[in-house]
Amino acid sequence: MMDALFFYLFATLVLGGAILTVTRRNAVHSAISLIVSLIGVAGLYLLQQAEFLFAVQIVLYVGGIMVLFLFVIMLVNLDQAAKQRRFNRQWWIALLCVTAVGVEIAYFVRKGASAFSMARPPVAAVANAGGNTEQIADVLFRQYLLPFEIASVLLLVAVVGSVVMAKKRI
Amino acid sequence: MGPITTTHYIALSAALLLIGTIGVLTRRNIVIVLMSIELILNAVNINLIAFSHNLHNVNGQIFAIFVITDAVAEAAVGLGILIALFRNKETVLADEVDLLKW
Repeated sequence: MMDALFFYLFATLVLGGAILTVTRRNAVHSAISLIVSLIGVAGLYLLQQAEFLFAVQIVLYVGGIMVLFLFVIMLVNLDQAAKQRRFNRQWWIALLCVTAVGVEIAYFVRKGASAFSMARPPVAAVANAGGNTEQIADVLFRQYLLPFEIASVLLLVAVVGSVVMAKKRI
Repeated sequence: MGPITTTHYIALSAALLLIGTIGVLTRRNIVIVLMSIELILNAVNINLIAFSHNLHNVNGQIFAIFVITDAVAEAAVGLGILIALFRNKETVLADEVDLLKW
């Protein structure tokens, strides 16, 4: 019961924030709505016993990426962009396509819903006990060590790439 | 209100995905297009965590971490490109960047 209440609360935050993000004229308002949406997603993680990802979501998304976005919004002059049309000329085609995809997804989720009706309660003593963070560390550093290292190389490439892009003269 | 099942989470993530797609396809401001991409990636993460919870398997959370890593890299490079674009063309509107069109 409590779970359902919190789920609907966080779902409202997520969807409301997302809709405001997409429709606001002012980019700063969009960014703040996006923060609300991301915090809602973090709450959903907590609801599903993914505590580590909850912390990562808050620290990385709300603390890192959103500050980056706000920083760039301040850096780039958006004033005259805010005065012009918000949507491009093909918006009705895009809306049509998205509606079609939405109908498809709704149909198939409805059709397959019985296959994954979670209802079965979490099995007691999941795997080898330990906290969520401990389990993630175990799997991440044993099974997924190579992808982890590749991700670190990817981040290095992204750092160098963004500096090259943003710098006036190398 | 019945119990919350995985289906609820999938429906929520589908809705978030569609809202993000609308943002990517219809907005002209590149900053907001990048924000909509973040929304799409978050929809993916909700799905991964829901199935991780459903199957009692932590692998889904590992994949969510990798998706977040990708989102960070994408945001950093995208905003760098945006700054370079603004310096050269004085615009942040996606449909005014039409150098390759004829």
